[in-house]
Amino acid sequence: MGKCINDIQDEIIEEFELFEDWMDKYEHIVEMGKKLPVIDPAMKTEDRLIDGCQSQVWLAAHLSDGKVFYTADSDAIITRGMVSLLIRVFSGHTPDEIANAELYMVDRIGLTSHLSPTRSNGLLSMIKRMKTYAKAHLT
Amino acid sequence: MKTNIVTYAPNAPIWQAYRNDFSILDRDVNNKPLAYLDNAASSQKPNKVIKAIVDYYEQMNANVHRGVHTLSQLSTDAFEEARKTVQFFINASSEREIVFTKGTTNAINLVAYSFGRTEIHPGDEVLISALEHHSNIVPWQMICQDKGAKLKVLPINEQGELCLDQLPSLINKKTRIVAISHVSNSLGTINPIRQIIDMAHQQDIPVLIDGAQAVPHLSVDVQALDCDFYCFSGHKMLAPTGIGVLYGKDKWLNKLTPFEGGGEMIKSVGFEHTTYNDIPFKFEAGTPHIEGVLGLAKAIEYMLDIGLKSIKAREMYLYQLAYERLAAIPGFKMIGTAKEKAPVLSFLIDNLHPYDIGVLLDKQGVAVRTGHHCTQPVMHFFNIPGTIRASFSFYNNEDDILQLDAALQKAIKLLS
Ligand SMILES: Cc1ncc(COP(=O)(O)O)c(C=O)c1O
Repeated sequence: MGKCINDIQDEIIEEFELFEDWMDKYEHIVEMGKKLPVIDPAMKTEDRLIDGCQSQVWLAAHLSDGKVFYTADSDAIITRGMVSLLIRVFSGHTPDEIANAELYMVDRIGLTSHLSPTRSNGLLSMIKRMKTYAKAHLT
Repeated sequence: MKTNIVTYAPNAPIWQAYRNDFSILDRDVNNKPLAYLDNAASSQKPNKVIKAIVDYYEQMNANVHRGVHTLSQLSTDAFEEARKTVQFFINASSEREIVFTKGTTNAINLVAYSFGRTEIHPGDEVLISALEHHSNIVPWQMICQDKGAKLKVLPINEQGELCLDQLPSLINKKTRIVAISHVSNSLGTINPIRQIIDMAHQQDIPVLIDGAQAVPHLSVDVQALDCDFYCFSGHKMLAPTGIGVLYGKDKWLNKLTPFEGGGEMIKSVGFEHTTYNDIPFKFEAGTPHIEGVLGLAKAIEYMLDIGLKSIKAREMYLYQLAYERLAAIPGFKMIGTAKEKAPVLSFLIDNLHPYDIGVLLDKQGVAVRTGHHCTQPVMHFFNIPGTIRASFSFYNNEDDILQLDAALQKAIKLLS
């Protein structure tokens, strides 16, 4: 039994509490962005693309043993870092858990500004698409 | 340029005094002093402009051109006096040639629509350039589509300059209008519009100039240019948002039919027939943006008090200083290296994504623009996702540039 979604969110919030400075927070995000596994370029298809105004994200999902697994990539490293946070939270959970999860972490670690619809990294669309995939696979 | 360094030195008290007119520049952003270097997107407003807006509401608010009562007359007088101010600012031959619009976009749409309706026919051509802002592309595309006309594009070279030598082959008997920017917003290139206008006029083709990025930095003389239309926005030149100008030659404004119908733009209305008002009013349907117009006039007075030559020298000094510092950063690559440039520095650092840099600069109090700057064709030409653009105004100072330099180096270190 892995950790539940909220445990992971709390863990991330705790991690971010260590950083006082904005730049330190972003350094952490960049590090996570660098660590996110590179995906096969063949996966970067039009239908997996989430077009932010400034950076692009490709998101793929598959179901295995009743759990959803996500992989993603972006041309911008900060966006990659953000996606990697989301993947860490959602990946490996059931469609039901993902569909019903409340994502309070983004606000608590002070990244809400990245969520406004006009923001150019497509994070909001990304969350929506992750949830939509889960909802489409509810049992 | 070097000779100006003493006179226009950043810390010369006179420039600090001007900077003090912009209260917003004193604020912090993300706990860092604000270095506002996104002037090409929108400028900040001096206190005098803000005060002009407040004064209008506190002392003379009333609709214009309508009432006999005192307030209405006061506001009408101020409004029409502002039109005169704009006329002098761009040296139009009459205030009748000054149409107030919502901005550059609105002005270009007005011309594309009104001109297109009667002057563009199936098989005709409209010529723009590869440097244009989307707002000088899409309105023409729309009217071309409506009319079965064709949009032609004057290409650019690797320096981000227009390929002027290709102009003769692109202008022909089918060309109805040429629409070109005076200064490119994404690269800062100053285009040789005088030559373009001359070449177009040799074949009796009218020319519209998108001056959105020119009026904040250059002195513009529409009579010397002999352009047929000239458009600009107030908000990029110290004035409020939502106000802009369409200059049109008297003969064109008289010839064209209105863009929008409504109050103000008519002489008489009957259900059978309506006669339009004289120019410029025939293009100003509805209650205008009165405080915007007054703010624009105040902004112009403010710029003229400093002196357009001084502003230009000061801004090019800051631009040069920034260029020298940033060019020393390994991996720095300037995008747009035209010989004639406005104080706009568009660049990339190695393969780093402009978005990443933009976010990290913002966290250090530095406001720049990143992305395609509403000029996607330019980005496609250079095959890049976008650029980082620092654009300068006379109220910036040396500290802003040092802050940009330091913040950029820190961002690069973090991202590499
Ligand atoms: C060259 C150019 N043209 C047109 C525009 C559009 O101006 P506005 O949004 O004020 O209508 C801009 C503004 O970004 C510009 O830089």
